[in-house]
Amino acid sequence: MTAAAKRANLGREGSHACAGVPFMNRSIALALAAGLSALAAFLGPPAGADEAKEAWQDILAAARGQSVYFNAWAGDPQTNAFIAWVGELARERYGIDVRHVKLADTAEAVTRVVAEKAAGRETGGSVDLVWINGPNLLSLKEKGLLFGPFVEKLPNWRHVDRTKPSNLTDFTIPVEGYAAPWRMAQVVFLYDSARTPPASLPRTIPAFLDWARAHAGRLTHPHPRDFLGATFLKQALVELAPDPAVLQQPASEETFATATAPLWAWYDALRPHLWRGGEDFPATGTAQLSMLADGEIALAISFNPADAAVGIRKGTLPQTARVHVLDGGTIGNTSFVAIPFNAAHKEAAMVLANLLMSPEVQARAQDPATIGAFTVLDLASLSEAERARFTPPADAVGLPDNAALGTPLPEPHPSWMTRLVAEWERRYTR
Amino acid sequence: MLLRLAPAATLAVLAGPVVLGLAFTVLPAFGFLPALGGTTFSLDPWRGLLAAPGLSTALTLTVGTGLATTLLALALAAGLCAAVAHRPGMARLQRLMVPLLASPPSGLALGFAFLVMPSGWLVRLVSPWATGWAVPPAGLVTVGDPLGISLVAALLIKEVPYLTLMVFAASATVPVERLMAAARALGRDAATAWVSVVFPQLYRQVRLPVFAVLAFSMSVVDVAIIVGSTNPPPLAVLATRWFLGYDLAYFHTAAAAATLQLVLVALAILLWLALERPVAALGRRWLARGSRSRAAGGAAGVAGAVAALLILLGLLSLLAMLVWSLAGSWRFPAALPDSWQLWLWRGEAGDAAALASTSAGIGLAAVAVALVLTLACLENEQRHGLHPGAAVQWLVYLPLIVPQIAFLFGVQVLLVRAGLDGTLLAVVWAHLVFVLPFVFLSLADAYRALDPRYAMTAAAMGAGRWQVFLTVKLPLLARPILIAAAVGFAVSIAQYLPTLFAGAGRVATLTTEAVTLSSGGDRRILGLVAVLQAALPLAAYGLALALPFLAFRRFRGMA
Amino acid sequence: MSEGTALRGALVLEEVSITSRVGARLIDRLSLTVAPGTVATVMGPSGIGKSTLLAYVAGFLDRRTFAAEGRVMIGKERLDTLPAEARHVGILFQDPVLFPHLSVAGNLLFGLPRTRWRSRAQRRARVSEVLAQAGLAGFEDRDPATLSGGQKARVSLLRTLLAEPRALLLDEPFGKLDAPLRAEVRAFVFAHARERGLPTLLVTHDAEDAEAAGGPVVALNGPGGVRPPCD
Repeated sequence: MTAAAKRANLGREGSHACAGVPFMNRSIALALAAGLSALAAFLGPPAGADEAKEAWQDILAAARGQSVYFNAWAGDPQTNAFIAWVGELARERYGIDVRHVKLADTAEAVTRVVAEKAAGRETGGSVDLVWINGPNLLSLKEKGLLFGPFVEKLPNWRHVDRTKPSNLTDFTIPVEGYAAPWRMAQVVFLYDSARTPPASLPRTIPAFLDWARAHAGRLTHPHPRDFLGATFLKQALVELAPDPAVLQQPASEETFATATAPLWAWYDALRPHLWRGGEDFPATGTAQLSMLADGEIALAISFNPADAAVGIRKGTLPQTARVHVLDGGTIGNTSFVAIPFNAAHKEAAMVLANLLMSPEVQARAQDPATIGAFTVLDLASLSEAERARFTPPADAVGLPDNAALGTPLPEPHPSWMTRLVAEWERRYTR
Repeated sequence: MLLRLAPAATLAVLAGPVVLGLAFTVLPAFGFLPALGGTTFSLDPWRGLLAAPGLSTALTLTVGTGLATTLLALALAAGLCAAVAHRPGMARLQRLMVPLLASPPSGLALGFAFLVMPSGWLVRLVSPWATGWAVPPAGLVTVGDPLGISLVAALLIKEVPYLTLMVFAASATVPVERLMAAARALGRDAATAWVSVVFPQLYRQVRLPVFAVLAFSMSVVDVAIIVGSTNPPPLAVLATRWFLGYDLAYFHTAAAAATLQLVLVALAILLWLALERPVAALGRRWLARGSRSRAAGGAAGVAGAVAALLILLGLLSLLAMLVWSLAGSWRFPAALPDSWQLWLWRGEAGDAAALASTSAGIGLAAVAVALVLTLACLENEQRHGLHPGAAVQWLVYLPLIVPQIAFLFGVQVLLVRAGLDGTLLAVVWAHLVFVLPFVFLSLADAYRALDPRYAMTAAAMGAGRWQVFLTVKLPLLARPILIAAAVGFAVSIAQYLPTLFAGAGRVATLTTEAVTLSSGGDRRILGLVAVLQAALPLAAYGLALALPFLAFRRFRGMA
Repeated sequence: MSEGTALRGALVLEEVSITSRVGARLIDRLSLTVAPGTVATVMGPSGIGKSTLLAYVAGFLDRRTFAAEGRVMIGKERLDTLPAEARHVGILFQDPVLFPHLSVAGNLLFGLPRTRWRSRAQRRARVSEVLAQAGLAGFEDRDPATLSGGQKARVSLLRTLLAEPRALLLDEPFGKLDAPLRAEVRAFVFAHARERGLPTLLVTHDAEDAEAAGGPVVALNGPGGVRPPCD
């Protein structure tokens, strides 16, 4: 049996674990989950095992026959195929009809929710579930435009790795059960090892200066108005700030000035050696990746540790593409799925959110042949068989191991990003 | 009787979306947007906007590239027409321009960017053997240059064919041959004759399309993101960046920017109008001097050559995208892909048919409604002497001027209120808001310029007004009507945000698929979707140009 | 009843005044009777309002630009209250204005009243007949754009006559023809008009035309000054 066939076979077994198990087994599992969740203070009043199971059964029953409009970025065929696969799974198992609403930008869905709010549509909203990242998520949560808390109702929540702070706290703001984690992101730097020897790469933020000097015009970052561009500045700030702890608090005039002073000194020195002398920047993260693929630049920031592996698979990056992580660690965060306050099909949305957190779906997502999304689950909480499915395929090239990635550093409070971008624009816009 | 209702019907169709679209652009600009907690009016959004770093550069860039694109597009289109007027080459040239007309602006811009960037096709073709570049040169600045030259060039690739087509459509209503003969008899060479006697008559008819070019090049977002500079970008990109940014707090600043954008385009049009008289006076003085120098002909020749070069670049851009869609991998400095694949085309083939039929259905419906309303308004105007007021005209053209993202927010609120969002009807309606202005401005001048004596002659022979309309006006105007329909169809096919917003993301078209896939940045996919998106409008333009030719091939007067 | 007989079928203008909306009076209380079979001429320099007068008679006056009053009648029947298509007044312009999308026969068929010639064969036969009479036999399927200037002028007149007008208006129809052709076409038009007993109103600035017309001549010498756009 080939490795792939084994994985497929395991996939079928795995599916039993999350939905088709006999009654007794599942109730034991749920009881265990309920017990675990009782330990976690933020989960609210502990529910009895039967109660939780019954509640979930009610949700499953209500969800059957519903369509769920899943608003998700659709920027590559692999992601779309993956969502289609999950949709097929949801139809077979739960009788729900997943419709992928393809977005070029998550903000399109956010705007739609805001427009529905403006038009007074309190129920029957058009967005059922949205794949959403930090600031967009926090915007919706702050404006009261999210449904929840619902995450503790999802059976697969028990597998989620709660030692990873970003699964619970997004940009220092507690998620409080308003969004379900589904994939990890962590800053890495992409490069072509054939052209740029790994040994020559900068291992710290200050070392970028020498590297950029030696490779004039071969480093850039997306414009800070792009999320990834802002992340480049945050990554530097996390390492350069005299006291990184202040980054976990809202920024004030004073703390901002103190914490960012070394950053600006560093950036002022770096900028003349950037691509185009730091006068212009790629508009988006994807534009920056194209520049790397074209050889215009030699190092590019990315938020997906599997980007090199996925790019090699797709053929957009050479076989020699690799990712590079800094010695002091890099910022990591979690992507969530959330349900808007007025979603028409909340039950089906919850069922899909739960399915996305299932070991089976998480394992498939992590395969660089699909989308290479690092899992949010705690592998230790899984059975041996389930855990095995997360082992990278032998033929995966360019995939970093967890040891190389290290523990992700926490995102600063969102106010830091807002101020960083504004201050950067003030200093460096023509 | 029904006809008298045409202007009212047009207004009814447009007023809701346009007024609400505008309201939801302008009100939040003054702090008012209850959904986000803004319940009082304030000038804070404007303070925020004025304090935005690089605003003055962004404004200069917007106005500069907008005016430069429009002036150059008009000059180059005129030069091209002058250079090839009534030579057999004209027909061939038109056929060459059709793919450019049909391509979505973003697809062309992507191809153009790949052509001229330091790691692009042109450099690849001569590297490393002639340049010695094994890696792309680091110091070469092409795409995204600070002056916006590459942005203007990318826009010209789209706009020169458009204006040339408009000039060509308009020339059906002017006795070009006779005017040329008269001027040449007076000792002018062909190009000079065209510039001095034909163009002044045609200009009046292409004025609205010229304004459309001005508005488009000042408010375009996707092309500016692809080939424009980013630090800062033009105003419309700035506004869109804030609208779609990760911080809802920027919504108000974005609305203020969109409002400023609207004012800026209006001012640019007024400026253009103000300059028309002095320029016309200069032109008359030049004509009155009676010079027979060949300078004008020479200038037209140069303009024609530049236009031809742009068309060549445009076609190469499309070819580049086609090659990319078949490439496996294609690394610098290879002149052609290192490997080839067909899986992209095979993978999309199944979806593409369904998406294409939805796109075509929406486009045909929007164009049909737009044509009926436009023709009814124009015919009503001729029968009853009712000129649409200036205010109404601005209302019709507003959707072209305001950045879509700002404008569509209000449209979406309207559709949600009406419970129509997510339906095909809503999508057709939203498309109509953008299709109708283009159909109207492509057709209005030609319709008004049709020699009234045809209708008079027919009426004097006892033909009723409907008979005149159906048997005289429609056939005589077949070419501009079909071209207007093709323009409208292409506009509909290219709509992304209106489809997404009105369709609540549930109506998938070739373009929604294309734009979402484009966000992944894989150039092979970009190439595929550019070709797919161009296919339907290509067929429409082909029919628009071929049908009158086939139907009237016996009649030289209809050529 | 000699007056009544004279009036029957005559084109009568009674106290016709036309004023430009910007204030200039172009035609001031013009009264004129054109008996059947005669060609009356309105003379005057360019821009004086001659074509505007014809537009009023035919029912095409642009009410946005001009105000007009006064009666236009055929015999005792008021025309000025009817829409253009109900007046049955034929008009020929300086250009032949042949429909470029129709063949010669198509142009002629356009004016042929359906009530008189119903069947397709009848209609085609009638068209061929008049073409042959005008020396244009076999021209049915020709593209009008391929005709000579004189041929176009003749087809244009035939088309107008086939529509069986009750009066004929000529708006400098010979103005663009060169001298030999001019005399020939003029004779052709006048002969047909007289033969059918049509009251004909000719506007021209050419004295030769007026002389050839042989009917009453009205000279317009109004204030001019403002140049009406359709002249």
